[in-house]
Amino acid sequence: MRKLTRRALARQGLVAGTLAAGLSSQALTSRSASAQTPAVTPKKGGTLNTILTPEPPVLVLGVNNQGPTQLAASKLYQGLLQYSFKLEPLPQLAKSWTLSDDKKTYTFKLQENVKFHDGHPMTADDVIFSIMKYHTELSPRAKPIFANIESATAPDPLTVVLTLKRPFEPFLLMFDATASAIVPKHIYDGTEYRTNPANQKPIGTGPFQFVEWQRGNFIRMKRFADYWGKDQPYLDEIIYRIIPDSQSRALALQTGQVQLTQANDIEPFDVPRFKAMPNLEVQLIGWEYSSQLAWIEINHRVKPLGDVRVRQAINMAIDRNFIRDRLWFGIGKQATGPICSTTKFYDPAVAKLSGYNPKAAMALLDAAGLKPDAKGIRFTIKHMPLPYGEVWTRFSEYFRTSLRQIGIEVVLETVDAGAWARRIGDWDYETSVNFLSQFGDPTLGVERSYVSTNIKKVTFTNTGGYANPKVDELFTTARDADDPKVRQEAFSAVQKILCEEVPQIWFLELAWPTIHDKKLHNVIKTATGPNSSFDNVFLS
Amino acid sequence: MKQLLGEFVGTFLRNRGAAAGLVVLALVGLAAATADLLFPFSPWDMRGGPFMRPGEMDLLLGSDSLGRDVAAGIAYGARVSLLIGAVSTAVAVLVGITLGAVAGYAGGTVDDAIMRFTEFFQTVPSFLLAVVLVAIFSPSLGSIVAAIAIVSWPPVARVIRAEFLSLRNREFVQAAEVLGRSRTAIVFREILPNALSPIIVLASLMVASAILLESGLSFLGLGDPNMISWGFMIGAGRSVIRIAWWMSVFPGVAIFLTVLALNLVGEGLSDALNPRLARRR
Repeated sequence: MRKLTRRALARQGLVAGTLAAGLSSQALTSRSASAQTPAVTPKKGGTLNTILTPEPPVLVLGVNNQGPTQLAASKLYQGLLQYSFKLEPLPQLAKSWTLSDDKKTYTFKLQENVKFHDGHPMTADDVIFSIMKYHTELSPRAKPIFANIESATAPDPLTVVLTLKRPFEPFLLMFDATASAIVPKHIYDGTEYRTNPANQKPIGTGPFQFVEWQRGNFIRMKRFADYWGKDQPYLDEIIYRIIPDSQSRALALQTGQVQLTQANDIEPFDVPRFKAMPNLEVQLIGWEYSSQLAWIEINHRVKPLGDVRVRQAINMAIDRNFIRDRLWFGIGKQATGPICSTTKFYDPAVAKLSGYNPKAAMALLDAAGLKPDAKGIRFTIKHMPLPYGEVWTRFSEYFRTSLRQIGIEVVLETVDAGAWARRIGDWDYETSVNFLSQFGDPTLGVERSYVSTNIKKVTFTNTGGYANPKVDELFTTARDADDPKVRQEAFSAVQKILCEEVPQIWFLELAWPTIHDKKLHNVIKTATGPNSSFDNVFLS
Repeated sequence: MKQLLGEFVGTFLRNRGAAAGLVVLALVGLAAATADLLFPFSPWDMRGGPFMRPGEMDLLLGSDSLGRDVAAGIAYGARVSLLIGAVSTAVAVLVGITLGAVAGYAGGTVDDAIMRFTEFFQTVPSFLLAVVLVAIFSPSLGSIVAAIAIVSWPPVARVIRAEFLSLRNREFVQAAEVLGRSRTAIVFREILPNALSPIIVLASLMVASAILLESGLSFLGLGDPNMISWGFMIGAGRSVIRIAWWMSVFPGVAIFLTVLALNLVGEGLSDALNPRLARRR
């Protein structure tokens, strides 16, 4: 069905040749709901009204990489690549790429006739500047990876050659707009990136160009006439409305004021209602790249949480089905281990956490010498709920009740977002809740939370203090190996160990609902979902 | 004295509203006191499926999103509401009386200083100040009581000061001064007992507003996360009101009835303690 669609489109000559390669590999992997809808010829015109919340501080990727910035700025900026739902690289600003036999040299061929919104042509110099200077300075995530680049050269204006010091298999996962957007060298080179006045009027190569931003009200962007994609983009305008109140957002969607909501616009409990509306489509795919995994954050330094039996007991005291179905209203997927099922190298054969079993949990606690007192309490721990909204508060309440059942008293401490991040970073907590993006590959997004070399007083490192030399070794093997098979073996072994030792208690692979009018097509086509460029999105 | 008390009770009970308020208040107090017996489990326990309608599975008022018993929540929540209402009012009254008495009796610069200080607190919107205080000191029973007391003492201070200003020049006070009684004795034995009746009325109303303040704070997620309270229940139920109206309606009714009862009682006290009004009846 999906293939038919593509062929039909191609026959009508509406798919740019450069994109066809991307779509075909997508066709193999995409089983999205829209795959079943009949072919609709892309139509030009129309304004897409959507929502952005909370309001981002700035719309320049790199200068700010938070969720809302990525959502809106991914229409203004592009990366060299985008990713299929299976996380295979697809062309964006790079038309094609090759890897040398020693797995060290990547050669990217760029699209022709790519222009920035100010009319300057985009060349290999801009790409090299963006990677080697701009993102290396601004992005803590890109820095260690791009530091591995030995040389970056441009044999001609449409070719970029990156040579690595050591082979790095997940390298190609660092090139979408959200990881390393291509920014104009002529505007940023030699300036202070964060304070460059051009940040007020972002200039990228994306299919839409910035028009105006009324703070607290809306961001408007219009079709970029000189966009490199043939006939694209189809939409005339995109308007991101800033609506801080969740109920007002739901109302805007219900009344058709907006045709698209994404990320955390709509609270989980409202989703069933929108699923029932015939003119709307609810999609939960499109987060494969970020693949956020939520867990109960355990501080191993606090007694008795350093004891693996205690962690296993806690692991068996929570019912992941209840959490997903009742707290998250069926959005997301029960966690099975430290690696999300949508991330590469996930191994379903070994990623098996012990299931819900309070009796066995109590037996483990007894075995650990933690006997209940007269009130039935074995020990008391503190817990900081994640201050990101209601569902997280409910989760922590559920956690407290579940642990009380096996004789562990949990005392909740309410903190605000700033205090939460500070205290996690200072190791000043006993238990909390945390979620982190995996960025497609365990080396990029999983390793950081478990290796002892990353035990740092910084949020989103191995703040729990878990240390296991075997785990360190396996993650290092997986990082350094250039053969996917070797990496898979190491990651499988590490998943097995981590599932036994449960250094953190993973409970949910997060998903965010994208809800859109059925008249809006091609919304979710890649692993970055609503963070993609929308050059092929159209209103019928 | 006995006769006086009887007269007071009689006047109070003749006011039907006040009597009804007293009954409601007694019921709330009873629920709080016997919560353990009525619901011999923690209000946080999951007792049934999520979102069960009132009446299902012996859940009188239904269950919430985690299957917790709403009725048990209301009973245990009554404890928190009454406790916070009573303690914070007691603290506020104590602070208010002390400052008001000193200001009213001493007069002059001391009076000026204290009253400017009081006005400072009165100019800041009390709910916002309470939110800020609780947010800074992290929500717990202690910080909530303190925050409510801090925002609600100024009216007490003002009323007491006014009473002191008018009473300190009365003949019986002057007589006591002539007799050479100490200042403390004059303040505590002569003036204060005569200034108490408006404070009793004011206090009953303050308990009501303290309960409302606490509910507002917990509604915003600034309640003590380890104690169930009515405001918290409404806050948690607000978002799912389309699915489970009972989650927010019943705690709302509990707040409404308790606050109404306290106001009625306050009014009844005011009438009964006012000699001029009493004589007219």
